[in-house]
Amino acid sequence: MSSTTADGPSASLIERLTARYRACPVTGLKVDKSAEALIKVNAVAAIVCLLIGVIAATGLVLTRWQAVHLLDAGMFYRFLTLHGLNMLIFFIIFFEMAVLYFAGPVLLSSRLPAPKLGWLAFVLMVLGALTVNATVLAGRADVLFTSYPPLQAHPLYYLGIILFAVGALLMVSLFFAALVVAKREKAYEGSIPLVSFGALTAAIIAVITLLHGAAIYIPTFLWSLGLMEMDPQIYRMVWWALGHSSQQINVAAMVSIWYLLAGLTVGGVVLNEKVSRTAFFLYILFISMASAHHLLVDPGMGPAWKIWNTSYAMYLAVLASMIHGFTVPAGVEMGMRLRGYTAGLFEWLKKAPWSDPGFSGMALSVVIFGFMGGITGVTIGTEQINIIAHNTLRIPGHFHTTVVGGTALAFFAVTYYVLPLIFRRRVAFWKLAQLQPYLFAVGIVVMSMSMIFMGIFGVPRRHWDASFQTSPYPVEMQPVVEVFQATLGLGGLLAAFAVLSFVLIAVVSVFFGKRIQDADFARGGAGLPQGVVKLPAQTHTGPAMEATHNAGAKGTMVLVFIFLACFVLYYFTNWKLLSMLWKVG
Amino acid sequence: MSAQEMHSGIVGPRGTWWVPANKQEKRWVVISFVWCMVLFAMMPLWHWKGGQNPAGIRSKTTPLAFLERTERFVTDYKVGEENGVPIVAPPPGADIYLVGRMWAWYPILKLEKGASYTLHLSSIDVNHGFSLYPVNLNFQVVPGYDYGLRVVPNKAGDFRIICNEFCGIAHHAMVGKVVVEE
Repeated sequence: MSSTTADGPSASLIERLTARYRACPVTGLKVDKSAEALIKVNAVAAIVCLLIGVIAATGLVLTRWQAVHLLDAGMFYRFLTLHGLNMLIFFIIFFEMAVLYFAGPVLLSSRLPAPKLGWLAFVLMVLGALTVNATVLAGRADVLFTSYPPLQAHPLYYLGIILFAVGALLMVSLFFAALVVAKREKAYEGSIPLVSFGALTAAIIAVITLLHGAAIYIPTFLWSLGLMEMDPQIYRMVWWALGHSSQQINVAAMVSIWYLLAGLTVGGVVLNEKVSRTAFFLYILFISMASAHHLLVDPGMGPAWKIWNTSYAMYLAVLASMIHGFTVPAGVEMGMRLRGYTAGLFEWLKKAPWSDPGFSGMALSVVIFGFMGGITGVTIGTEQINIIAHNTLRIPGHFHTTVVGGTALAFFAVTYYVLPLIFRRRVAFWKLAQLQPYLFAVGIVVMSMSMIFMGIFGVPRRHWDASFQTSPYPVEMQPVVEVFQATLGLGGLLAAFAVLSFVLIAVVSVFFGKRIQDADFARGGAGLPQGVVKLPAQTHTGPAMEATHNAGAKGTMVLVFIFLACFVLYYFTNWKLLSMLWKVG
Repeated sequence: MSAQEMHSGIVGPRGTWWVPANKQEKRWVVISFVWCMVLFAMMPLWHWKGGQNPAGIRSKTTPLAFLERTERFVTDYKVGEENGVPIVAPPPGADIYLVGRMWAWYPILKLEKGASYTLHLSSIDVNHGFSLYPVNLNFQVVPGYDYGLRVVPNKAGDFRIICNEFCGIAHHAMVGKVVVEE
């Protein structure tokens, strides 16, 4: 672990520093209390937005389930707007801000410079989120998450998003400043840890993303005031350079959390720093090209532009994800082998701490993101295959397995470690917490698979009435679609229940949970994940390490080949489906 | 890492970490890279050999110009009406025009199986989504842009055009009709 000694030259400085920091009894890290406070408020704000988002989600699944059809049309589209914004922007970005404060000052045991600026950033973000939510709830912004012009919302809506983005940008700058300070004050030796490197990647992508955000929301705000013109196609291109790139902040943050939890839960190792860091770097290079995923069947761009951009310059960002998809489980496997679980191909997997929600959530996140999110995403993001997927339910089916089953689940998982380590409370309702990742994973997978299948049958996304009662011509749906509507409803309700459980666990733990004294950690008991009770060794040397290093990750090799086989099969099945259509070109 | 030390992702590496990866990791990176090249090659290949591509003939237009062109197309080939909406049967090879607007597709198209047409799509107000149902052929319809796609219906039948881009409060009622005859 990093050094825990204060490094001030004078006695008074040392005194000031000791008041400013506390030593973490589990990890030995020196924690800046102002960074800790900002982690707390951002995490709480994230959970409030998550709650709004999940209430809206419940309304949506109960409407999409045609047999229930709960909301009226106006409410459905309003809830859809609310759901998208609170989940995909507010919840995720507040949480990522907390991740940045953790991966910067806390992991590096360094000082957070200008904490007041952190509070200013937080206030701006809260104001922005409040403004947007108020405008949407007042019915002045029924434009959905994407707000494609010429559909127009009240100017306050765009202004709220700008405020939120400015706050986030300030916060990201503060993270960079913290890294510079840590380096200058020699808080660490050598290079920053991989988890911090991944968070740095997320922060850099966040800057790229937020600049695109400024490039689109400021003109759109002016347009809503009648001060300028707006080209609908250019809006779509620039907006998605924000909309899709922001998903890559999520990917980078999620992968960092995979590495973090692999280390904390089972002592998972980094196979090779060069490979993992290069993979993160590839994200930075190519990620804003993904705007093209949304424009593949648009009239504004030609095939060369579409092919080059949709493939992130020949799929090098996909390569990056495939690398992490190997190195994370392989790191877990080697970590488990180092702890003595060396039998056969899969003893490490069988004996993994599956009742630790930090571990199970991380593992399920890897599987859902890789097997479902990754494979479906690359496939429907193929220029021609997009013809059979664009704006059908396949699209939300896909991204509920990336950003929800992947990112949100990883965020839930890490929270089970943040509660004891940062909030210093036992996790409340521990039995429920141990089940929560499984309930959520099953719910999201069932719901997303239902959406994907319905999309293959041509059911549109963002659509209130799949029975087409108000259509001028009768529309016959396949009978099987009704079955999928019900499974969408049931899966969605299960996932919503799991999210509400998470909110309950987090809120009760933070505000009413049992306080943990330093000595309690080693004693364990309900509400403390096993990695917190006894942190696995994080560094290995000697003959056992060499033997493990030479034996490698055989089990993971088998798993990734199963993954590749599924990928190839799904990908070419879709080409086959496409080839059966009308000729078009 | 070299075989001197292994550590987790929360420990900063000391010394030089730019060292060769182990054999398994190298193998997986190479396999992934090859697969990425296959993924990339498929798209140009399909433009060359495949029958379904979103290239089309793309140009800018205005709502007024596109609506006028559509009206001329309707006048030229109109064969009937359904609930006040003209049914238009263009000859094979013709340029055909379809307008998306809040909340209808205009006009109704009558096509021949196996014949080739150039289908021009545009909107005269907000974004719409052209989704031919149940074929599941989807294109974005953007105001100010004319998307001309050569289409060859391969099956006779009664098809719908579902709008699958949110276009306002009655978005779900926006359904059009295409009939393909033998």
